[in-house]
Amino acid sequence: MKAKGLYFSSYVLWLLLFVLAPVALILYQSFIGINGNFTINNYESFFKISSYLRMTFNSVFYAGLITLITLLLSYPTAYFLTKTKYKQLWLMLIILPTWINILLKAYAFIGIFSQAGPVNNSLEWLGLGSHQLLFTNASFMLVAAYIELPFMILPIFNAVDELDESLINVSRDLGANRFQTFWNVIFPLTLNGIKSGVQVVFIPSLSLFMLTRLIGGNKVITLGTAIEENFLVTQDWGMGSTIGVILIATMILIMFLTGEKKRRRRQ
Amino acid sequence: MFFGIILICLALFIVSFELEKDSGSGKSNQVVNIFNWGDYIDPKLITKFEKQTGYKVSYETFDSNEAMYTKIKQGGTAYDIAVPSDYTIKKMINNHLLLPIDHRKLKGLSNIDSKFLNLSFDPGNQYSLPYFWGTLGIIYNDKYVKASEVKHWNDLWSSKFKNSIMLIDGAREIMGLTLNSQGKSVNDTNSKDLQAAYEKLKKLSPNVKAILADEIKVYMAQDEAPVAVSYSGEAMEMMDNNKNLRYTIPEEGSNIWFDNMVIPKTAKNIKGAYAFLNFMLKPENAAQNAEYVAYATPNKAAKKMLPKSMQSDKVMYPTNKTIAHLEVYDALSQKNLSKYNDLFLQFKMH
Repeated sequence: MKAKGLYFSSYVLWLLLFVLAPVALILYQSFIGINGNFTINNYESFFKISSYLRMTFNSVFYAGLITLITLLLSYPTAYFLTKTKYKQLWLMLIILPTWINILLKAYAFIGIFSQAGPVNNSLEWLGLGSHQLLFTNASFMLVAAYIELPFMILPIFNAVDELDESLINVSRDLGANRFQTFWNVIFPLTLNGIKSGVQVVFIPSLSLFMLTRLIGGNKVITLGTAIEENFLVTQDWGMGSTIGVILIATMILIMFLTGEKKRRRRQ
Repeated sequence: MFFGIILICLALFIVSFELEKDSGSGKSNQVVNIFNWGDYIDPKLITKFEKQTGYKVSYETFDSNEAMYTKIKQGGTAYDIAVPSDYTIKKMINNHLLLPIDHRKLKGLSNIDSKFLNLSFDPGNQYSLPYFWGTLGIIYNDKYVKASEVKHWNDLWSSKFKNSIMLIDGAREIMGLTLNSQGKSVNDTNSKDLQAAYEKLKKLSPNVKAILADEIKVYMAQDEAPVAVSYSGEAMEMMDNNKNLRYTIPEEGSNIWFDNMVIPKTAKNIKGAYAFLNFMLKPENAAQNAEYVAYATPNKAAKKMLPKSMQSDKVMYPTNKTIAHLEVYDALSQKNLSKYNDLFLQFKMH
């Protein structure tokens, strides 16, 4: 009993120091004006300046697209992976790229997509001519999706892998065709894997900022860029924190939305 | 698995401890902490300094004035030497973050070209000594662009450069060049002028291929774009990697910047700091550094020791006539700084 209390208190302490305190600090900072006074000006200007609202839209929109792309690629991949012979080996190969630093991967893509890079070389060889690949929305989303892919595959793989094979056999025995089996049996049972995959991909994608510059050439401006600029360049920590608070609020909203459906389904 | 990680950590710790023990010489407790830009000193000079003075150098780098400023202002650091740029020096002086430099303790201050002393951001060089200087200009690839096509800032707005210009990601730089193109100062803080500059900048959007930082160097060398706006030192590096690149400073005006050595208030080893200042003032050391880093040295005695081709290089050492048109960035008030950055952010969104 005593040991349990100790564990519990250290957990609470951790939460207080490293989760709640930073969030409280950000919340406090967000009410500090440029002259160090206490004000709600930061929030006012966030909702009044159209560029901030556009940035918010951009962030949510691109994060949504990235999540959708990874989901469409990951589900079939994870599904067929569970059917292969050496599934643990294949899974490891898919996870392997996450061992490499994200910046290195971004720099690798700079080489791959450049005017004289391998992609353009092959296009030219095929007679399709060279194209501007870098600094386009498409290349930005492709690289972001590539980086997030393993985080989507893993939870879905686990969900599919845990699926009881006999349930599928039952479904087929009772006359359901392949599609019906998938839609009514496999999909609902793996939904939790999809949900955690979506959360794990969508939330970090909201605040991507390195890639928007390196691959997107600052043509896509998200809230992450605005936070970086306010903290490092303008040094208006109040405004930076305000954007941070709004980003956190958006994330909580997303968690809430994906969580609620889960409960409803269980009832 | 977990046990393995602990073993690896332990092994790395022991090895690094041993290495540190070996490299410490006689006065190993006397460390000089230097905070400088990335890739901004010849590493051989650090070894030479350590050997000559017996001090041990702990060298750390930063990638923006603002990041460095924040780190020193927050305290908890003990840098004996830092190398901020002009407007940041002014800001640091105003916020009492620097120690005055006692000129009596310096040897070889006369080696510095008087052009680079007593500048507006630090009158009388009470707090700082010149380290390197440079300019902002246009880099172009002569395979695709003629010199006559990029003589003025206004040429960037030309329709023939559609989707082909790379800009440095800095509000001061880009807003500044737009103000220059309208015949205004890079330090203009008049709201109307800034708004007009923003309206003009919006029209540049179709020509902008990307807004980047250091990556411009790689991209320009790879022929990714025919035109870019960046600093002279960056240009030198690009030109080393791609023979077709050229650098030019628009004659109507641009920015000239200075990176100076300062002693932050939090310094612990003041004697070591002066030793380093005097070491870098020596012409042979300044020349070696300028040759390695490829930025312009303010040390006139050192400039004479550089290879002839470097001395006569117009990229690094523009003529006095050009320099007369260049302006140093003033330190802006927080309000005006926000104005510049907000407009620049809106331009990026456009």
